[in-house]
Amino acid sequence: MTTGTKELTKEYRPSERRLAREAFRRRRARRSVLVAGASTAVTALVLYLVVVNSPGWERTRETFFNLHYARLALPEVLKGLWVNLTLMVVCGALIVVFGLLLAVLRTLRGPVFLPVRLLATAYVDFFLGLPMIICLLIMITGVPALRLTGVTTDPLVLGGAALVLTYSAYVSEVFRAGIQSVHPSQRAAARSLGLSHAQSMRYVVLPQAVRRVVPPLLNNLVSLQKDTGLVSIGGVIDAVFAAKIITSRTFNYTPYLVAALVFIVLTIPMTRFTDWVTNRMNRRQLQGGAV
Amino acid sequence: MTTLPRTTRLAPIAALLTAAALLTACAPQEEGKTSAAAAGGCAKGALATKKAGTLTVGTDKPAYDPWFSEDKPENGKGFESAVAFAVAERLGYDKSKVSWVVSPFNKAFAPGAKDFDFDINQVSINAERKQSVDFSSGYYDVRQAVVALKDSKAAGAKSLADLKGVKLGAQVGTTSLAAVTDQIKPTAQPAVFDDNDLAKAALKNGQIDALVVDLPTAFYITGAEVTDAKVLGQLAGTGTGAAAEQFGLVLDKGSALTGCVAQAVDALRADGTLAKLEQQWLSDAVSAPVLK
Repeated sequence: MTTGTKELTKEYRPSERRLAREAFRRRRARRSVLVAGASTAVTALVLYLVVVNSPGWERTRETFFNLHYARLALPEVLKGLWVNLTLMVVCGALIVVFGLLLAVLRTLRGPVFLPVRLLATAYVDFFLGLPMIICLLIMITGVPALRLTGVTTDPLVLGGAALVLTYSAYVSEVFRAGIQSVHPSQRAAARSLGLSHAQSMRYVVLPQAVRRVVPPLLNNLVSLQKDTGLVSIGGVIDAVFAAKIITSRTFNYTPYLVAALVFIVLTIPMTRFTDWVTNRMNRRQLQGGAV
Repeated sequence: MTTLPRTTRLAPIAALLTAAALLTACAPQEEGKTSAAAAGGCAKGALATKKAGTLTVGTDKPAYDPWFSEDKPENGKGFESAVAFAVAERLGYDKSKVSWVVSPFNKAFAPGAKDFDFDINQVSINAERKQSVDFSSGYYDVRQAVVALKDSKAAGAKSLADLKGVKLGAQVGTTSLAAVTDQIKPTAQPAVFDDNDLAKAALKNGQIDALVVDLPTAFYITGAEVTDAKVLGQLAGTGTGAAAEQFGLVLDKGSALTGCVAQAVDALRADGTLAKLEQQWLSDAVSAPVLK
């Protein structure tokens, strides 16, 4: 923008038309807020009436919304949550490392690397298809049955290993999509500057690829957070299983609801964080702002 | 900005109202409240059952020995299968008039309509559970026992104190788990399993040192399934007769059949049938030393 020698003596005053336009937009915004509010209220009211007027509501309320059992369950559920959080943090870190490694192995060029590519592809295909629960069963009850010396029989560690095996396959596919989405011209430019394949991956391709796949990676993390509970088939007591223990003793389902709320509360900040990261990336990509 | 025709603007509101109407329409029907068949009387073979003329009995799958046999509750073999048929006969339903349904433990006590007339699944009677379901009188006095591999560090345990330091396991929803936390009070958190098979696998693999199960199951495990394990002993029960922990038949809360089924169980206890069936199917469960 050049101003040349022209001086801006007059202070800026928005035109009539602009003011009218802004007023109109404010009105529209207000109206849409009102309409959205009303429609939400109507929906909530209808749902509430349907639930509360159903014939089984009395019993359902006693069985699912019982404050006494909620109080009883909360400390137990939180104690179990440690298992979920520990697994999520430790496995999450390992999964990112292994997933990235697999993706890089699969994108190696050159005929000499064919066996490496084949092995990585076979691994990913196998663990993408293998149901999580079966993987966990094989690890937790199958591996100790081999009676290998020096191999742990701790269900927590074995369960964590099963999560890492399966999720690495998911995450490697995400990374691979990111790597392949980097335009070939980037790679060509890097190579023409004299960078080796490894260097161009390290300095040019991977930084862009990883940045692009942050949102799906965080989705995988949220999904991992919920799957950590499956380790309970080995006898480890996580948050959901702690709820199940109380429920099956008392025949009251409130503990499950408590566990559900705890997980949701845990997930909300993560999904907000994902949104924030995505928005920030969009802003950066639209350098100069949206038109 | 062109204004849309009015009909299009009202479409979402119409859609919402339609959805509301549909939701209200598919709200559950009032459950058919069956008055007790011939109020007060338990007319033989003509009770207010789910399906007129047949008695529907629920149990979990897999159905474990020695309570059932070959995972076929309908064959009359195994203690609980035999008890179910004996109760049915008392109520006037012979073998051909009894049908079995699979009802997972977790579903058996969920609120809402049940798909069985009564459920038999080693469910212990307690006061909390009575708020969600009806129970018949108890048909079996439960005692808990401790099982360990012969070479595990728990194998030499002679008392409850000896079990404090070992890794114990139990099945979720059983009173065995309560026995672990209330009576043994181990230092390490007990491992809790979803079903018996997972618990047995962990015992074999040495992931737990000892497993707490009810006495008949303990003898069945050591006799047939994990032969290199032994029963260390039983836990001191809470009492005998009505004071003891008992398995009961589960019925829907407020079921019209509860009274009749309870009467049938009482009659079977009084005439010695229950004792005879116990002798026949659970005779392996001779007493084991009591761990104090």
